[in-house]
Amino acid sequence: MRWLRKNLVVIAGLLTLAYLLLPNAVVTVFSFNKPKGRFNYEWTQFSTDAWKHPCGVADMCGSLSISLQIAVWATLVSTALGTMIAFALVRYRFRARGAVNSLIFLPMAMPEVVMAASLLTLFLNMGARLGFWTILIAHIMFCLSFVVTAVKARVMSMDPRLEQAAQDLYAGPAQTFLRVTLPIAAPGIAAGALLAFALSFDDFIITNFNAGSTVTFPMFVWGSAQRGTPVQINVIGTAMFLVAVVCVVVGMAAGRRRNKPAA
Amino acid sequence: MSAATVTEEARQDAPEPPEAAKPRRGRGRFVPYWLLLPGLLWLIVFFALPMIYQASTSIQQGSLEDGFKVTWHFATYWDALSEYWPQFVRSVAYAACATVLCLLLGYPLAYLIAFRAGRWRNLVLILVIAPFFTSFLIRTLAWKTILADGGPVVGTLNSLHILDVTTWLGITEGHRILATPLAVVCGLTYNFLPFMILPLYTSLERIDGRLHEAAGDLYASPGTTFRKVTFPLSMPGVVSGTLLTFIPAAGDYVNADLLGSTDTRMIGNVIQTQFLRILDYPTAAALSFILMAAILAMVTFYIRRAGTEDLV
Repeated sequence: MRWLRKNLVVIAGLLTLAYLLLPNAVVTVFSFNKPKGRFNYEWTQFSTDAWKHPCGVADMCGSLSISLQIAVWATLVSTALGTMIAFALVRYRFRARGAVNSLIFLPMAMPEVVMAASLLTLFLNMGARLGFWTILIAHIMFCLSFVVTAVKARVMSMDPRLEQAAQDLYAGPAQTFLRVTLPIAAPGIAAGALLAFALSFDDFIITNFNAGSTVTFPMFVWGSAQRGTPVQINVIGTAMFLVAVVCVVVGMAAGRRRNKPAA
Repeated sequence: MSAATVTEEARQDAPEPPEAAKPRRGRGRFVPYWLLLPGLLWLIVFFALPMIYQASTSIQQGSLEDGFKVTWHFATYWDALSEYWPQFVRSVAYAACATVLCLLLGYPLAYLIAFRAGRWRNLVLILVIAPFFTSFLIRTLAWKTILADGGPVVGTLNSLHILDVTTWLGITEGHRILATPLAVVCGLTYNFLPFMILPLYTSLERIDGRLHEAAGDLYASPGTTFRKVTFPLSMPGVVSGTLLTFIPAAGDYVNADLLGSTDTRMIGNVIQTQFLRILDYPTAAALSFILMAAILAMVTFYIRRAGTEDLV
């Protein structure tokens, strides 16, 4: 009984963790299903068919490649623009700072559906053709704020004396930036870029409003929830999960090895 | 990490870092503006300008064939509100329930990671973020399987007569969970739980462990220690966590669509249908504008309230 009281918080925490991971377990298990009807919601029979033919469903892999292209471009552009803003905010003093800060903060505090709807009114008013480019524009817009926040946190914790030291050792401004500033800011930039990629790749609401007839992977999943869910969706979901977890674990192991001699 | 955003923002309105005060001369004076220009231009054109277009659309009248014209027709707002107020109320209620549930479920886990996980800390943190790696639509669809009518969850709850209680409360119907408010709130809670856990963890982790020992030395029971020391110190995490859960939950329409029924439609569903299916742009724009104003007002009020007590 005493043990139970002492560990109550641990038990509650682990139950929450189970709640968080249960759907992923279901997605994985059902990637080996062979459903009877068009929907993959009920367990029928074990099968590895879907894993053997991941692109066996019409249009799914096409939508996956569109999503990847958009995510890569959105990540590159938003990381570049966001890093520039972050440096300006931390390193310089200028007018209208408060306005700049709120312009960056507001997209993160706005329900997605509001941004999606207002962007659509803009595109409709401009007569823009909805598709790849409008999706990309929207994704860069909402990724930008998150990149700024991630990079800003890192740049703020940087010791400015390191750069002064580099200049004392006769490094020019460009050299200081490339050899000192950028390497120190790199983890923040990488975190921002990863976040941007994940946000863009998984975005549905803003994409749904501004996609026209272009189908990204989340849009494909949404459509299939109406028409019938192929098992291949679960295969992609499981594979993405595995790849990401392996990347994170490898990255952490590499980080630990690099830190060891220093410690 | 995005989760720490709101607290981050609150902190950065405070004094500038000292090195920013360096005076710049000549050409260098314009450097910050050049750095800001492209990104800010993007935000102005594709975030701020659309808001203005939306405001103007909401006071237009017309039809798809003849085009829409600004007629300062503010009655659209009134009509939209009087027709769709149940969906507004429902959105706020569902989002509030999901936020409270996220706090109740997320706090123990954040506490576990911060104080009790030891060498497992990083592993548990990865497990909290890991679900993000699978598309959230796929994971939401998985709840259809978990909560299915003949499934183990519904079966167990039925045999324990819990579903009778929830039906009496009006959050489920006819011995099933899918297509009821309970399913939607469950999905919302699940989808936004990590956004609660991460800021909670960030602020719990900053707490000096010696404060707990000091409280214990002063004869505080574990309960009192939590109430008087741990919880107040974690308030920044609670505030940013609740905002990061409530705002997206209130505007969400995915959970209500996939797990709910026509009786659980939220305001997001209405905006989506008006915009993409019915093509009644003025009504949709008005609804979206009301949602934005309501959320900004609630958030400002909440930050003020929470801010005067523990956040400075």
